[in-house]
Amino acid sequence: MSRYSAFQLFVNAFTGHRSWPRAWRDPAPKPAYDVVIVGGGGHGLAAAYYLAKEHGITNVAVVEKGPIGLGNTGRNTTIVRSNYMFPQNHHFYEWSLKLWEGLEQDLNFNAMVSQRGVLGLFHSDAQRQVFARRGNSMRLSGIDAELLDRDQVRAFVPLVDLDNGRFPVMGGLLQRRGGTARHDAVAWGFARAADRRGVDIIQHCEVTGIRVAGNRVQGVETTRGFIGAKKIGLAVAGNTSRLAQMAGISLPIESHVLQAFVSESLKPMIDCVVTFGAGHFYISQSDKGGLVFGGNIDGYNSYAQRGNLPTVEHVWSAGVTMIPALSRVRVLRQWGGVMDMTMDGSPIICRTPVENLYIDGGWCYGGFKATPAAGWCHAHTIARDAPHEFNRHFTIDRFREGLMIDERGAGPSPWLQ
Amino acid sequence: MHRIDCPWCGVRDEIEFAYRGDATVKRPEAGAGVDAFYAYVYERGNPRGWHIEWWHHAAGCRQWIKVLRHTLTHEIRATAKAGDTVTAPKP
Repeated sequence: MSRYSAFQLFVNAFTGHRSWPRAWRDPAPKPAYDVVIVGGGGHGLAAAYYLAKEHGITNVAVVEKGPIGLGNTGRNTTIVRSNYMFPQNHHFYEWSLKLWEGLEQDLNFNAMVSQRGVLGLFHSDAQRQVFARRGNSMRLSGIDAELLDRDQVRAFVPLVDLDNGRFPVMGGLLQRRGGTARHDAVAWGFARAADRRGVDIIQHCEVTGIRVAGNRVQGVETTRGFIGAKKIGLAVAGNTSRLAQMAGISLPIESHVLQAFVSESLKPMIDCVVTFGAGHFYISQSDKGGLVFGGNIDGYNSYAQRGNLPTVEHVWSAGVTMIPALSRVRVLRQWGGVMDMTMDGSPIICRTPVENLYIDGGWCYGGFKATPAAGWCHAHTIARDAPHEFNRHFTIDRFREGLMIDERGAGPSPWLQ
Repeated sequence: MHRIDCPWCGVRDEIEFAYRGDATVKRPEAGAGVDAFYAYVYERGNPRGWHIEWWHHAAGCRQWIKVLRHTLTHEIRATAKAGDTVTAPKP
């Protein structure tokens, strides 16, 4: 399979781009693998890729119920950042951002990573203190953060209504290294790179059961028959509870629906990611010109990949408050993804009470930015049967032990995280 | 839009309500031990299907009510007062 390059692009132009080889194979499942990863989204494909690349484990299958990348990987607002408060999150998300920075060369795939800056606005003295504290906390861990005043915000993103009557903007916390990436390309890039290292990507193969004997996994029952596995990794955020229950494990997770939106294509108007601090609203502009934005979860348990109108109204009203120019923008599409909402808002990447079963889940709505590091840590945990320093805090046991990583301080209310 | 039939007020839009989670979890006895309290506070069945849940009619009568709702279709099949028993259909 050829390496993508400017030269290849040039050569293929002569045949009208009709002779590119397919990017990954479509193999039938083998009877057994060393590792089966359940879930062909960014996380699962990244785990398979790093298993092969970092640990030399290539007898790996990724099983996916539909086509790859059509779950939450294709349903997010594509933001990458590492502006968290707590050290347990710093090291993990910063490692993820560093992987993003070298991802395209590593995968030989254009994931359109764009470090255009992520700016969070604050609107009161108290909120300034919280943001400054978070920024300082980040800088202590070596992560870039800048506190902007009003004039700097005005210069950075001129369309924001600084003087809106209800929530005047006092400044913002900026992470210049944050930005966006092309979400579909992330799935495709990891799929192609994993496939080139020998990983079987098996699409349209839904897992219907996990076979366990003597508290050790034996394999997965699927719609395409039983597939044996020495180790199984779950990367099925949104459905982690259901898959874990197949192995008899109960999790501190509720599934909730989160909506996202894209507008008609417009000329360039927002060249960064900006988030509203007085509501929950974040927006950026894609290279096609569509404004990509979202808000909070709908707030009730749901596995429906669609949301409801009250949240639509809430999100848009927050957006128009922040940037009045949005009031005449037409929205083209709106969709929903199913989030694993954990009881503290932080993820789970760990071993489980069942031997050789591993979980990468509980992403709340922060899963996309975590894709490379989550796959990397998941692969490490599977290969070594022990967590890496970066994910050793993301256990299931932390809830029982009172070691929650509760960035929002919302307590055990998943719909508030 | 969910339309929720409050047993006290009649059918109202979901915007009048605040969601309060799984209504099947039961507080254990005081001496039930750490595992029971861990399960009570943190573990949830999280079904893809019928779910019995609390909704607080915050902008209405302020009562907590039980709602039987499907988490995949969002269909609401029953509502009841907080003390009433609601049973989920077999999946």
